[in-house]
Amino acid sequence: MRGRTVVLSKEETRDLVRLVRLTRDEEINCEECLSLVAEFAEHALAGKSIPEGLDAVEHHLSVCAECREEYEALRRAFGQLEG
Amino acid sequence: MKRSNTTWRRHLRNTGPQQQAALRDLRGALLRGLRAALTGSFRADDAFLEDMVQDSLLRILDRLPQFEGRSRFLTWATSIAIRTALSEMRRRRWQDLSLDQVVAEGATPEAWSSTERSVVGVRAERQALVDKMYEIIGQQLTDRQRTALLAELRGMPQVEIARQLGSNRNALYKLTHDARKRLKHGLEAAGYLGEHVDAAFSA
Repeated sequence: MRGRTVVLSKEETRDLVRLVRLTRDEEINCEECLSLVAEFAEHALAGKSIPEGLDAVEHHLSVCAECREEYEALRRAFGQLEG
Repeated sequence: MKRSNTTWRRHLRNTGPQQQAALRDLRGALLRGLRAALTGSFRADDAFLEDMVQDSLLRILDRLPQFEGRSRFLTWATSIAIRTALSEMRRRRWQDLSLDQVVAEGATPEAWSSTERSVVGVRAERQALVDKMYEIIGQQLTDRQRTALLAELRGMPQVEIARQLGSNRNALYKLTHDARKRLKHGLEAAGYLGEHVDAAFSA
């Protein structure tokens, strides 16, 4: 089926090229990211190196704008987390 | 009261006063966390935050068996609350726009300008890559993939794209991930996507 014709702006083109360059054959999805992002954030904010099992989170955050937005929000909340 | 991860789990699973106290403390912590997380957002008023905390508590309790203790409990719980709140904010912001509108009302055709500051070779290479990308998009992606990819590039939230496609966020991620893989493999096979691409698009 010949469907929709895609026309991208320059900014969209740049974004897509960036996303395509970063694409890996194996990526975690948003749900898997959510299950790991707290652990990732604690490592990152403590200035610790990211363990091998969490590099998939770092990569996911580079290609998923919404999970990145949620991660940035979690960083802002960090100072309020006690106990 | 400070609780260890183990204590949080035990108290939240209990019934009676311990559970009530844990829920009260968790509610307070989530409220403080969401206020800090969403600071500056005019859409996140107190009533909204209270609603989101309530929704989040249900989700957190539902997912409690999945909490493995690899982070602090409150960090984990707050990450769920943030997803709950931001997903709702995105949904409200985009709920009146149809997928067709978002995709149809996008960019006007636009070639890379010859007046831009870039050397001729870089410009030609960039245009060739863009042409190849359009070719792959047109010939190798499904209409559903094209629609989802374009809507995402235009900022439409995944949850709303998924809803209008009759899907869910995880399935949508797979759909666009498969599209990106096709584009990547197609461009690589045609000799693009090496390191020189960065130069072509930053020029």
